[in-house]
Amino acid sequence: MDPVHTAFALVFDPYVLVVILASAFYGLFIGAIPGLTATMATALLVPVTFFMPPIPAVAAIVTATAMAIFSGDIPGALMRIPGTPASAAYADEAYAMTKKGQAELVLGAGLVFSVIGGLIGTTILVFAAPSLAEVALKFSSFEYFWLVVLGLTCAIFIASDNLAKGFASLTLGLLVATVGMENPAAYPRYTFDRPELAGGITLIPMLVGLFAVSEILRFAVSTAPTLKLEQDRFGSIFRGQWKLLKQYPMATVRGSLLGTAVGALPGAGADIAAWISYAVSKKFSKTPEKFGTGHVEGIVESGAANNSALSGAWIPALVFGIPGDSITAIAIGVLYLKNMNPGPTIFMENPQNIYAVFIVFFIAQLLMLPLGWIAIKTYKQVLKVPRNVLMPLILLFCTVGAFAINNSVFDIGVMLAFGVLGWLLEANRFPVAPVILGAVLGHMLEENFITSMIKADGNVWSFFERPIAGTLGVVTLLVWMVPIVLRLSRKGRVAHG
Amino acid sequence: MASVFPRFLAALFALAALAISPAFADGVFPQRPIKLVVPWGAGGGTDAIARTLGLLIERDLGKPVNVMNITGGSGVMGHQTVAMAAPDGYTIGLITAEITMMHHQGLTKLSGDSYTTLGLVNIDPAAVQVRADSPYKTIQDLVAAIKANPGKLKASGTARGGSWHLSLYGMLKAMGVDPLTVPWVPSMSNNAALLDLVAGGVDIVAGSHPEARALIDAGKVRSLAIMDDEPSKLFPKVPTLKSATGTHWESGVFRGIAAPKGLPKAVEERLAAAVKTAYESPEFKQFMDSRGFGRVWRDPKAFADHMAKVDAESGALMKSTGLVK
Repeated sequence: MDPVHTAFALVFDPYVLVVILASAFYGLFIGAIPGLTATMATALLVPVTFFMPPIPAVAAIVTATAMAIFSGDIPGALMRIPGTPASAAYADEAYAMTKKGQAELVLGAGLVFSVIGGLIGTTILVFAAPSLAEVALKFSSFEYFWLVVLGLTCAIFIASDNLAKGFASLTLGLLVATVGMENPAAYPRYTFDRPELAGGITLIPMLVGLFAVSEILRFAVSTAPTLKLEQDRFGSIFRGQWKLLKQYPMATVRGSLLGTAVGALPGAGADIAAWISYAVSKKFSKTPEKFGTGHVEGIVESGAANNSALSGAWIPALVFGIPGDSITAIAIGVLYLKNMNPGPTIFMENPQNIYAVFIVFFIAQLLMLPLGWIAIKTYKQVLKVPRNVLMPLILLFCTVGAFAINNSVFDIGVMLAFGVLGWLLEANRFPVAPVILGAVLGHMLEENFITSMIKADGNVWSFFERPIAGTLGVVTLLVWMVPIVLRLSRKGRVAHG
Repeated sequence: MASVFPRFLAALFALAALAISPAFADGVFPQRPIKLVVPWGAGGGTDAIARTLGLLIERDLGKPVNVMNITGGSGVMGHQTVAMAAPDGYTIGLITAEITMMHHQGLTKLSGDSYTTLGLVNIDPAAVQVRADSPYKTIQDLVAAIKANPGKLKASGTARGGSWHLSLYGMLKAMGVDPLTVPWVPSMSNNAALLDLVAGGVDIVAGSHPEARALIDAGKVRSLAIMDDEPSKLFPKVPTLKSATGTHWESGVFRGIAAPKGLPKAVEERLAAAVKTAYESPEFKQFMDSRGFGRVWRDPKAFADHMAKVDAESGALMKSTGLVK
C-alpha cells in the first residue's frame, strides 16, 4: 500500500478519531478560559500523549492547539479578556463590535476566517514542506547559525513595542540556556554541583511557570471585580460571513499568506502573526479610520493570520527541527518522543506518518466549524465556573505536568520560580515570549557557532562562504541595519526641517 | 456512572495498600510491582528496549514492571537512582555505556562496580560513515587522507568525550594515527551529526548502523567499516575493521539490566533468570531485529567484566587524548 493510503488508514481509525474529537473539546475549553493559552493547552497535553501511539499523540496536539487559538477569540470578543495572546491583538476591536450589538457577526467572522486561514496554511505546509526537505539537506551549522540569529532578531523586533525590553527578555532566556553541561565543551556551567541542573533547565516546567503560574499569580493579586457578559441574546453565527468573504478577499488571502510566512519564521508564531496582520490590515485598508471603533476588517485578516500561522510554524519544525513558536517547541519534543524525529529524514523514514499528520491538520480545521459553533453557544455556561475554584485546579494541573517531565520534584521548583519571574516581568511590561525563545534557541545558537568555528579552523568569514549561509547572513545584517538607518534618517530630517 | 465510582475508589485503595505494605516481603519474590528505571528520555532507542524488556520480564515474574524515565544530568540522574535504591529487587534499571565514562569526567562517583549486574542485552558496534559522494571508498582511503592532511578532515557523532568520540579515537590510535589530527565537532545527537555530514559540514561520522540506517538507505551516506569482529545484520556488506585493515579494535555502546549492590542472592538469581528468559523470547528478538539493534547476551559475570574492560579502555583513551586531566 502506498504511503498516502496508509496515512488515511492511520487517521480514520476509531481510536485516533476519538482522540481528535476529545482533544478538540479540550482545546476549545482551555482556549476559551481567560488566561489559559494554547501553549498551556499543549504543555498540559504532553504527559497524556506519553501513553499514545505516534499518530494520535501528534493529532491530539495539532487539534487542541488549533481549537484553543480559535476559542481564545470568544472571551476576547465578549468580555475584552483575550483567551490567548494571539487574540489580544484584536480583542479591543471585537469588544467594540459586541457593544454595538454585533457579537454574532464578530464571533462568526473569528470562526469562519480562522478556518479559511488554517486551510490555506495547511495547504502551503503540505506542498512546501516536502520540497523544503531537499533544501534542508544543504543546511549545515553555518546556515543554522544564521537562521537562529534571524529568529532571535525577529523575536525582539516584532514581539515587543519596546525594543530594549524585548532585548532584555531575550538575553534572560539566553542566560537560562547556558545552564548545564549540554554545551559544545560538555563543561558544567551554573550547576552548583546539582545533578538536576547538569542537563540544563528543563523547558516545559519553565514554560508552564512563565505562562500559566504567572497568570494564576496575577489573578491572586488582582482586585478587579468579575466582568459581566455584555450581551445575552445571540443571533445566527454564520449569517453574513459569505458577504464578508466577498467584501475582503484580499485581506483573507493576505492574512493567510502572511500568517503562514510569519508562523514559519522561527521565533514568530501565531501570536505575532495576529499582531502584524492587524497592523498590515490597517495599513492597506480603504477605511483605516474605522479601525478601533468596532470594524470587522482587521478581525477578518488577523483571524485568518492567527490560524494559518499555526500550520506555518510546522514547516521549520518538521523540516529543520526548529520551533516556529512555543507550541511547536513542545510539539517537536513529542515528535522525538514518538520516534518521528524532525528533519529531512521525517519524509524518508515512514512517510505515511507525516501524511497522516497533514490529514489531521485538515480534519482539525474542518472540525472547527461545528465545534466552534457549539463552543460559542455554550460559552456562557463555562463562565459560571468561579475563577477562584478554577485557578487552584489549574495550578494542580501545572504541578503534575512539570513533575511528569523528568519525574523530578526539582522541576516543580523550577516551575514556581519561573512563575514568579513571569509575573514580575509582565507586571513591569517585559514580554515573556522572548525569554522562551532565548531558552529554546540559546543551545542552538551556541552549538552552531562553536561547531562552525571548529570546522572552519576559526575563520569567521566561513559564515559567508556557503551560498545559503552567505545570503542568510546578509539578510540578517540588513534587518539589523534598518532601524538604525530609519532612526538616523529621521534625525536628519528633524535637523534639516 | 454512580456504580463505577465506588468500585474505582476501592481499586485505588487496594493498590495503595499493596504499594506501601512491607508485610508481604517474606513470601516468594516478587510480591509487588517492580520499577524499571531508564536514565534516558521516553521515545529514544534505550527507552524502547527497556519497555520491551519490561513487558517480557513482567510476563515471567507475574508482577507489573513499571518503566520510569528518570532523565537529566546526561544520564547521571537515572543511573544514580538505580544505584541508590533499596537493594530489594523492586528497583532495577537499564544501564548504558555512559556509566563507564561519566566517572572519568568527574560527573559522578558511580561506575559499573556500583551495581549488581543481571544481564547485558545489547551491543551496537561503532561504524565509520562518510558522505556517499565523498572520494573515500574504503577505510584505507580515509586513513590515507587523514595522514596526508592532518587536521583537515573533521569528525562528529556525539558530544565531546561521548562514546562515539572515544570509538573513533581508539580506532585511529590502534591504526597508528594520531587521533588529534582529526578535530572532533561536538553534536547533540548522532542524527544531527549525520545531517551535518550530508550538508558537507563534517567529513566523518562515527556511530552505529541503526542510527545511520535511514540516510544509508536513502543513498546519502556510505558506511566504510564496522568496529566489530562480525559484520552487522543491517549492512552485512560493510567490512569489519579487522578484515579491511588487519587492525583489531572493537568498540560500541551497550545496554544491560542491573540492580543496586547488595541484592539478596535468591532475588538476584530470580531477576537474572527473568532477564535471560526475556532476552531469549521471540518477541525480543523480533523487536531488536526490526529496529536494527544488535542482539548480544552477556550473563551477569560477563556483563560486569565487559564494563570493567570498557571502563579501563575509556579511561586510558580519555587521558591520552587530553579529554580528561
